[in-house]
Amino acid sequence: MTKQHANWSPYDNNGGTCVAIAGSDYCVIAADTRMSTGYSILSRDYSKSIICKADKAVLSSSGFQADVKALQKVLTSRHMIYQHQHNKQMSCPAMAQLLSNTLYYKRFFPYYAFNVLGGLDEEGKGCVFTYDAVGSYEKVGYSAQGSGSTLIMPFLDNQLKSPSPLLLPAQDSITPLSEAEAVDLVKTVFASATERDIYTGDKLEIMVLKADGARREVMDLRKD
Amino acid sequence: MSQSAVDVPPKGGFSFDMCKRNDMLIQKGLKAPSFLKTGTTIVGLIFQDGVILGADTRATEGPIVADKNCEKIHYMAPNIYCCGAGTAADTEAVTDMVSSQLRLHRYQTGRDSRVITALTLLKKHLFSYQGHVSAALVLGGVDITGPHLHTIYPHGSTDTLPFATMGSGSLAAMSVFEAKYKEGLTRDEGIKLVAEAICSGIFNDLGSGSNVDICVITKGNKEYLRNYMEPNPRTYVSSKGYSFTKKTEVLLTKITPLMERVEITEVGGEAMEE
Repeated sequence: MTKQHANWSPYDNNGGTCVAIAGSDYCVIAADTRMSTGYSILSRDYSKSIICKADKAVLSSSGFQADVKALQKVLTSRHMIYQHQHNKQMSCPAMAQLLSNTLYYKRFFPYYAFNVLGGLDEEGKGCVFTYDAVGSYEKVGYSAQGSGSTLIMPFLDNQLKSPSPLLLPAQDSITPLSEAEAVDLVKTVFASATERDIYTGDKLEIMVLKADGARREVMDLRKD
Repeated sequence: MSQSAVDVPPKGGFSFDMCKRNDMLIQKGLKAPSFLKTGTTIVGLIFQDGVILGADTRATEGPIVADKNCEKIHYMAPNIYCCGAGTAADTEAVTDMVSSQLRLHRYQTGRDSRVITALTLLKKHLFSYQGHVSAALVLGGVDITGPHLHTIYPHGSTDTLPFATMGSGSLAAMSVFEAKYKEGLTRDEGIKLVAEAICSGIFNDLGSGSNVDICVITKGNKEYLRNYMEPNPRTYVSSKGYSFTKKTEVLLTKITPLMERVEITEVGGEAMEE
């Protein structure tokens, strides 16, 4: 009957997919480098999602890249203040709680950002935190966010079945894979997601965090 | 008494009952099911001795690729082919239908089909459906009067052009044509230009992708070059492969017939009635 008028929206979706896997002494965080809108590609080499927050935490976010940039700016400055006040870098779990608070602060005008935070905890074990847009978060062993997450998550569930978070005593959610196996798995899931998701592609950027430092790797994906 | 519930509609005229119902459902927030769209790049050009048609091979459903290698160049007649963009079912149905009509016409007249005949049949059909049959077509062929290339829009308007593009990748492809097309191209030059235009759509338009199909039609001859180019191979295959173990837990293997569990009582008397 009465058609709704197309209203201007403050949000856009720039697509992209992020995946993180935690291991016993490492954490793999990966994301594709395509930024798009509608049926157009805005950039084929946009490291949209990976920003080194601290030596032991990497944030990877898809969604609306303007919001992601704003969010990263807030987190970086908050981390700077933390460093001045405490004379040390923030731990990964602390960064996880800060991100949650930052997201919930804008509960009724959210950052349109879907985040995965990967890193090493105080014991040097891998950890992954996965979020929704308004700050609900959970510590997990692996996670996928963004446009290709619906294709990737079931595959990871099948390969890396994690224990229920309701079990008592609490079970470790860390995956049993070796670092090489985890990197191989990440490459496979992205190659597959790129086949079927139009918003994932161009290149894959992989970060491997370990106690002795971070490593960065790039792999080509389909460009169509 | 309650006869009105099964009233037959009055004879003659239209019934708009469903319009009311559909409006009510939409107001209650019903989302109509989505269709398979071939967000597409399709092109065609006239060269020295005929027509060349080209298409990509991706079919999408929203952001998901539904078919990585579909066929978008449809057969119309031995000397006429037609590229389709829009709703996959519509392009397929409309080309099949017209193709059948053309064949009957050939049997009746004993002559080869003309491109203008196909064009008229297609545009008449599309116009009568007021754009609801969402087929955007590039029609090409060679008949007794020479090579012809046309575009047909979903509402039924048509163009006659030396080079044409359609679909979501039409702008990307047209930019290549506008830069490089000239009259009297050779066969090889023509194929190269069509392939380049399609590739431009494949790489710059997210609705288009995978491979390049080409169809070359000349007087008395045609060549369907299915998957003429495959510029998008899989980028990574794990060396070890993956196994998908059956992890579903078996709860029970003993089967107890239902009869042992329930007691059945016969209810006598008449069948239930109110």
